[in-house]
Amino acid sequence: MGLIEQGLLIILLPLAGFFLVGLFGRKLPRQGDWLATGLVGASLALAVKTFVQVTLQHDPFAGARTSGPWLRFAPAEALSIGIMVDNLTASMLVVVGVVSFLVHLYSMGYMHGDPKYVRFYTVLQLFTASMFGLVLSDNLLTLYVSWELMGLSSYLLIGHYFEKPSAAWACLKAFMTTRVGDVLMFVGILILFLHVGSLRFADIFAAVADGRLAGSAQMWAGLLLFGGAMGKSAQFPLHIWLPDAMEGPTPVSALIHAATMVAAGVYLMARTYLLLSAETFLVVAYVGGFTAIFAASIGLVMDDIKKVLAYSTVSQLGYMMLGLGVGGFVVTGYTAGVYHLTTHAFFKAGLFLGAGSIIHAVHTQSLAQMGGLRRKMPVTFITFLIATLALTGLWPLSGFYSKDAIIASAIEFALRHPEHLALPIFAVLAAAMTAFYMFRLVFLAFFGDPRDAHAHSHAHESPLVMTFPLLVLAALSLPPVGGGHGNWFWIGNPVPLRGEVAQRYGVATAEQGQAKVSTEHGQPVLTTEGGVAHGEHPAADDPARRAHTMAIGASVTVLLIGFVLAWLIYIRRVVDPRALACRFAPIHRLLVNKYYIDEIVQAGVIRPVMALCRLVARADLWIVDGLVNLTALVTRAIAWVTGRADSHVVDGVVNGVADSAMTAGKALGRLQTGQVGTYLTGGVVGVVMLAGFVFWVLAR
Amino acid sequence: MMAEIGLTHYLVVAAILFALGVAGVLYRRNAVGMLIGIELILNAANVNLIAFARYADRGVGVPGVNGSAGLEGQVFAIFVIILAACEAAIGLAICINIFNKFGSIDADRADTMRG
Repeated sequence: MGLIEQGLLIILLPLAGFFLVGLFGRKLPRQGDWLATGLVGASLALAVKTFVQVTLQHDPFAGARTSGPWLRFAPAEALSIGIMVDNLTASMLVVVGVVSFLVHLYSMGYMHGDPKYVRFYTVLQLFTASMFGLVLSDNLLTLYVSWELMGLSSYLLIGHYFEKPSAAWACLKAFMTTRVGDVLMFVGILILFLHVGSLRFADIFAAVADGRLAGSAQMWAGLLLFGGAMGKSAQFPLHIWLPDAMEGPTPVSALIHAATMVAAGVYLMARTYLLLSAETFLVVAYVGGFTAIFAASIGLVMDDIKKVLAYSTVSQLGYMMLGLGVGGFVVTGYTAGVYHLTTHAFFKAGLFLGAGSIIHAVHTQSLAQMGGLRRKMPVTFITFLIATLALTGLWPLSGFYSKDAIIASAIEFALRHPEHLALPIFAVLAAAMTAFYMFRLVFLAFFGDPRDAHAHSHAHESPLVMTFPLLVLAALSLPPVGGGHGNWFWIGNPVPLRGEVAQRYGVATAEQGQAKVSTEHGQPVLTTEGGVAHGEHPAADDPARRAHTMAIGASVTVLLIGFVLAWLIYIRRVVDPRALACRFAPIHRLLVNKYYIDEIVQAGVIRPVMALCRLVARADLWIVDGLVNLTALVTRAIAWVTGRADSHVVDGVVNGVADSAMTAGKALGRLQTGQVGTYLTGGVVGVVMLAGFVFWVLAR
Repeated sequence: MMAEIGLTHYLVVAAILFALGVAGVLYRRNAVGMLIGIELILNAANVNLIAFARYADRGVGVPGVNGSAGLEGQVFAIFVIILAACEAAIGLAICINIFNKFGSIDADRADTMRG
């Protein structure tokens, strides 16, 4: 089986599951959850096979692609769609497969007895199939279709408990907010099609390489695509849907926040990397950096365990965007961003599923009602702790490598361009906050005395079907095999980066200043400044090397600071958190209210839109309906007039004829007396007159 | 001075008879009376025929002239008498029917043909 067939099968298996479980789920034993899980498991097996065949070859050009015309609109022109498998795709396949499979497995326990069990598994299948379709698309068209399918699935899953008004609103909000980004993305796709005439990535990159797509068109296409990614990957200011999306079941949160939905935006940026221009890279970097620190600061004060993790997700997505953004200028950025996407997927899925396990046990999401759970739920505690340490970036867990790579890239970028000093500062501060809020979460949930005796006494370890995924995800967050940055997941260069190509093919022309795309070996290649591969052990004064050292120092320092602060406040109780909140009341209020972004959106976007809607409705009611009514009125008047004319003139003529015939008949009928005498009289009179006439004639 | 009784007298008598007959037909309401009026008209015609036969210029109707037996007028009168007999038979039959239908032989009551 070739890579293409394998890829196709990976999409089709869960898609078949979607139809099978959706149509026959109720009739199947156990409502078909084994079928859904099994199909995703088969997809996962194929994904792992693909990963071994492609990414583990350590070849930047490994993979396969095929495409064929789908929609012909001129003899020579056609919209092609197809499937491609390369390093990036293969890595994403494994990430999606693993998390989706484990979420399917976990849901058997978590969703047990749910009245909408079948619906849940059905949509979960569609979600998985869409994400597979997204990463296997070789063109923006099918990518966009998968993208929208995922929007639909997320809508259905977030609104799983649609009886709850808050869940119904949350799924609507998620759908509408991502829609804003989707529209931008669609415009970007249209711009690309206008300038390139094809939506295949290969054609688009070729157009960038030979200069057909350049200047403002290239910039706007990139920015608009990033707009779509901002919606899906919850970048400021389109992040507002993500925390509310916590209304969905917790396994769904894990799937959305770790592997599918939010990863799609980052994946889109990684996939369309070669068409992004220098300006776009800067926008991506700044939006990402700002989102990282912005969301992390909100996470500091959230009480709902899932909300903390939600803001943590937003923040980490900001990290990935930051990595990808600076990757336009620094060779390591791209790998760092994608690498963080994969590591984050595992430990964040672990955190969410762990949180789900806690919620399952204590039936509350409020941190204020937890505490002291580590003895009651040892497996959950250990796995949650490992995932937390990975997220905060403790050596030698996976998060350390990926996060460190991003911070190092940001620092290197700032070293080369001091005017962008804000980016590494964002990254480091966000890392400090991450450490603080994650340890706060762990301390509040697992340590200390139980704050809610009732919840604590009922708490119990979750069943194996739920703890098994936790163990797997924790294992995937452990020190990467082979150690070292980027080696475990040799994301390498899904679309080969300058450095790797230089290393392999001896091409060494560093273009200083900004990113450029050129064509090498028939494939487009991105050129970034500082054309030195990471593994080449550059000189000590090289910015890359200095940045790396500084990044390690900074991240370890802020991790310790965050940990110690959380420990002092929540374990040693040196300072009462409530007193602290009162001391910094304005800031605390600002954070608890999430910077009032929702309120601002409500006032600045939703209200005006609603007002506009009302205005349009008025216009519709008065002008359009008025016109329609006026037309109706005029028609009625004309009809009345013609009706009168008909009944009076036309019918009048007809009736007149009939009436005159009638009158004449009646008048003449008088003559017919029926009396013989009358007739005879007439006869005699006639004869006499005739005789008179005859005599008169003869006498003349 | 008594003028010789000539054709004119017969014609006057016939005209008076005819007028009486017509008046009878027109103004009698009794159907039998009307029949009698018709008889008078017919007989007025007979009188005329006989009178003309007697006083006509010799030519037509003269025996031996043009193969005539000289009796045309009388023959006509006899035909009229036969005709009158037939007419009376039919007329009386009609009268009986009118009586059966309307319960009287008043001709004015048989007005179902009125328009």
